Amino acid sequence: MIRYLLPLAFFIGLVVLFIFGLRNDPRKIPSPLIDKPAPVFNLPTLHAPEITIHLKDLKGKVSLINVWASWCAACRTEHPLLVDAVAKDKNLNLHLYGLNYKDKRADALQWLNQLGNPYIESAFDESGSIGIDYGVYGVPETFILDKDGIIRYKHIGPIDKQQLDTIILPLVKKLEAQQR
Amino acid sequence: MSALFRLTLPFVFFLIVNNVCAYDEPVKFNNIEHEERYQALIEEIRCLVCQNQSLADSNADLAQDLRKEVYDMIVAGKQDEQIITFLVERYGDFVMYRPPLKENTWLLWFGPFLLLSLALIIAIIVIRKQSSSDYTEPDMDDNQKQRLAELLNEELGKGKDKE
Amino acid sequence: MIPELGHFALIMALVMAITQSIFPLIGAANGNQAWMALAKPVARLQFLFVSIALAILSYSFLTNDFSVAYVAHNSNSLLPAIYRFSAVWGSHEGSLLLWVFILSLWTIAVTFFSRGLPNYFLARVIAVMGLVSVGFLLFMLFTSNPFDRLFPTPADGGDLNPLLQDFGLIIHPPMLYMGYVGFSVAFAFAIAALLGGKLDVSWAKWSRPWTTLAWMFLTLGIALGSWWAYYELGWGGWWFWDPVENASFMPWLIGTALIHSLAATEKRDVFKNWTILLAICAFALSLLGTFLVRSGVLTSVHAFATDPERGVFILILLSFFVGGSLLLYAIRAPSTKSGGQFKLFSRETFLLFNSVLLLVVMSTVLLGTLYPLIVDALGKGKLSVGAPYFNAVFIPLMTPVAVLIGIGAIVRWKQDDASRVWQQLRLLLFASIFIGVTAGFMFYEVHLFRTIAGIIAASWVTLTSLAAFKARLTNKKNKLAALQIIPRSFYGMTLAHIGFAFCIIGITITSQHSVDLHERMAIGDSVEFAGYKFVLDKMHVVSGENYQATEAVVNVFKNKRQITTLRSQKRIYAVRNMPMTEAGIDSGLMRDLYISLGEPLDDKAWSFRLYHKPFVRWIWLGAIFMSIGGMLAATDRRYRLKVLKHKTTLSDKLATST
Repeated sequence: MIRYLLPLAFFIGLVVLFIFGLRNDPRKIPSPLIDKPAPVFNLPTLHAPEITIHLKDLKGKVSLINVWASWCAACRTEHPLLVDAVAKDKNLNLHLYGLNYKDKRADALQWLNQLGNPYIESAFDESGSIGIDYGVYGVPETFILDKDGIIRYKHIGPIDKQQLDTIILPLVKKLEAQQR
Repeated sequence: MSALFRLTLPFVFFLIVNNVCAYDEPVKFNNIEHEERYQALIEEIRCLVCQNQSLADSNADLAQDLRKEVYDMIVAGKQDEQIITFLVERYGDFVMYRPPLKENTWLLWFGPFLLLSLALIIAIIVIRKQSSSDYTEPDMDDNQKQRLAELLNEELGKGKDKE
Repeated sequence: MIPELGHFALIMALVMAITQSIFPLIGAANGNQAWMALAKPVARLQFLFVSIALAILSYSFLTNDFSVAYVAHNSNSLLPAIYRFSAVWGSHEGSLLLWVFILSLWTIAVTFFSRGLPNYFLARVIAVMGLVSVGFLLFMLFTSNPFDRLFPTPADGGDLNPLLQDFGLIIHPPMLYMGYVGFSVAFAFAIAALLGGKLDVSWAKWSRPWTTLAWMFLTLGIALGSWWAYYELGWGGWWFWDPVENASFMPWLIGTALIHSLAATEKRDVFKNWTILLAICAFALSLLGTFLVRSGVLTSVHAFATDPERGVFILILLSFFVGGSLLLYAIRAPSTKSGGQFKLFSRETFLLFNSVLLLVVMSTVLLGTLYPLIVDALGKGKLSVGAPYFNAVFIPLMTPVAVLIGIGAIVRWKQDDASRVWQQLRLLLFASIFIGVTAGFMFYEVHLFRTIAGIIAASWVTLTSLAAFKARLTNKKNKLAALQIIPRSFYGMTLAHIGFAFCIIGITITSQHSVDLHERMAIGDSVEFAGYKFVLDKMHVVSGENYQATEAVVNVFKNKRQITTLRSQKRIYAVRNMPMTEAGIDSGLMRDLYISLGEPLDDKAWSFRLYHKPFVRWIWLGAIFMSIGGMLAATDRRYRLKVLKHKTTLSDKLATST
């Protein structure tokens, strides 16, 4: 009798769903900004409040925007990796920018002095409003922009060595090779 | 600990560290309609940091910023749809606790009522079938009789033990 | 050394559990009395070993043995002793041990209160419960051993999450697990019946009191959890439709359907397959809840720190138990003979509709809970399904349940006359509408439609329950004697239904008429709110055993008279440096005043949230009535005199069937 097998069939469906669920992290929320132009910003730089940095300054090359803050403990674990990656980058392919998010200027500067500054420049987003435009919800976050300023990838949480080598650097290389 | 647990750490830190100096100024409206819309909106928007609280319930820093953003937009005369679009463009459908009715939520919104109708129709058919059949309480088959005898013996036996 | 003894006790418990499941099962299949007789003593030994393990873990907590990893992660030398004890089940490993302990508790309860059961049946019941225990003990020993050591031993522990340092945590999990795990008894009875191939009325009769008891505990456990969230989380919410809450609510819904369906099966020999299926479902949902909470497939506020490896293990357990039992069901159910016959208009029909409705409600909660996962699995993005969805769907689906309760209480078994029922009910219907409309217009100005609908539903349930009760007394000369003759289970049912009406009132009015205010207050400031005047009297620092708190003392006045003083604290727990809000609550039957201290603002002012929550207590009061009702029903005379009654039903049967 088929109908007595229905509960079992339904349950098997559930189990299949759970097998998928176990391989998946529910906390990772894909950004709706992927493959869309990066939101425009025009912010003072961290080192010099009178100088501003604009999204336009990033165009024409593949760039990374790393959202960080001195109060964020996870940024501290990620930071050495970024410093190291930039130091090793002999071809200067890695255009790493910082978005210093909801921080105090003095704290942030001290942090960079202590731990090293891998960034070409850090934009100073004191109010966090650019953070909202970028859909930032868990610092650190890292965005990869192509030459046209389109967001191609977003990483949430600290990057580890493996992710850097297998995902981020290859993607930068690939985007770099693309013609505009 | 596990990889997943490590993954959740940044969120936890975000929550704790930034909570201490949080901004919690009460908002004031001149307009009761604005206030009601504000309240309704922040209760239906999910906080991305703590993930299982609405903006209204969450103390996370980001929740406070987003509340302020919603407040500013309401005061600036934006409609609810515009505010929701603003948030969805940045954070995705995930921010809405009330899933929008569209192709991928069709099952979610109509499924329960379809299931209810289906279940009731089946129940009625089953009941009608059994009540209209020329059915009488069946005699026990041989197996049942034997089992009954066994049970009776067992029970009577027990009763005797007690006495 | 002592923790190793605990570990050893768990291994011994596993050995017992394996013995307890294998021998009686084979014995019951072959008619080997000696093997069947093993079930009881071995189950009791298993209980002993699990108890030893639990006692040793508690001892490790009480003596601050931080060489035990679980203790080091979840306790601290500053933690007050009472919380050190409840910290035993404050996290994954220990709560799993509590789970197994409660399972063995139910098992030995079955071994003691089972005199009426035939040997082979009892052997199978105990064996099935042993099998569940084997699964969970293996899970614990392989992935979540609470006795794992930590090297090097830390000087102090990481502390129990401050959210859990509360009276609520001491009692909420044990109650909830008593309910969850209690459904394993109903499950074991169902599997034993399926294995035996004979589903009869006596199966329903044996299973009923156990199921009702488990349901009672689950009701209490959920209510306690809701109450705890209400006062501990600091924003006055009592139900969030969080996946973890849904995980406990789904077995409750099916459990409710099950106890009603069992009543029909016992009394009228109907719906046997359906009832068996519900029994399997109730326990399956308990296991599913365990999976959802511990595997990390869904995010939730109060989930345990999760681990995919554990998830895989529980999924295997879930597949084995639920898949296996549903397969057994598919094999055995087709040969079940249908019993009593009934017409469309009969109490059987209404009970069936009721359980179908509850199943649909449960499916809806399940759908909503899993929908984000489903959409994600299909690659259609990530979305959230939260309270707005559940409220929108749950209320229209639950309304017919309230309507059916009323009709079901009046309609007779087997067949009834619709016009007779209408005669009896129409007055009650008009009375309910009258009460709802009058009360709504008299007391409320906003959200009138929902308020009135809620009051009508509650009045309807109450009036019909009372009418059914009164019907038992009509035509009786001596009313007092008649009251004594009414079975205890009938009192239980009436009380539980009235409790449900209380819940409806509480939920409706709290949701529709709660108001809140977010306000800045400095010392001496006063705020008029919801007819009360709140004055911030002072702010001062309070030290607890393991926290420092800023406490706000707020005096509340009504009509110039002080009625209460509320104290709300912002605590910083020393070890985890974690802030916690302790709400100040003045509770009452008609309303709660709830105040929660927010963040410091500039110039000495603080942010406050004030809440006025009318009738919120009725929600938990209703749950308490339901539990007492369950208790009364489960301890009805006819379950206590099993042997005697059983004999008479058998002879009755013999008389009718020959």
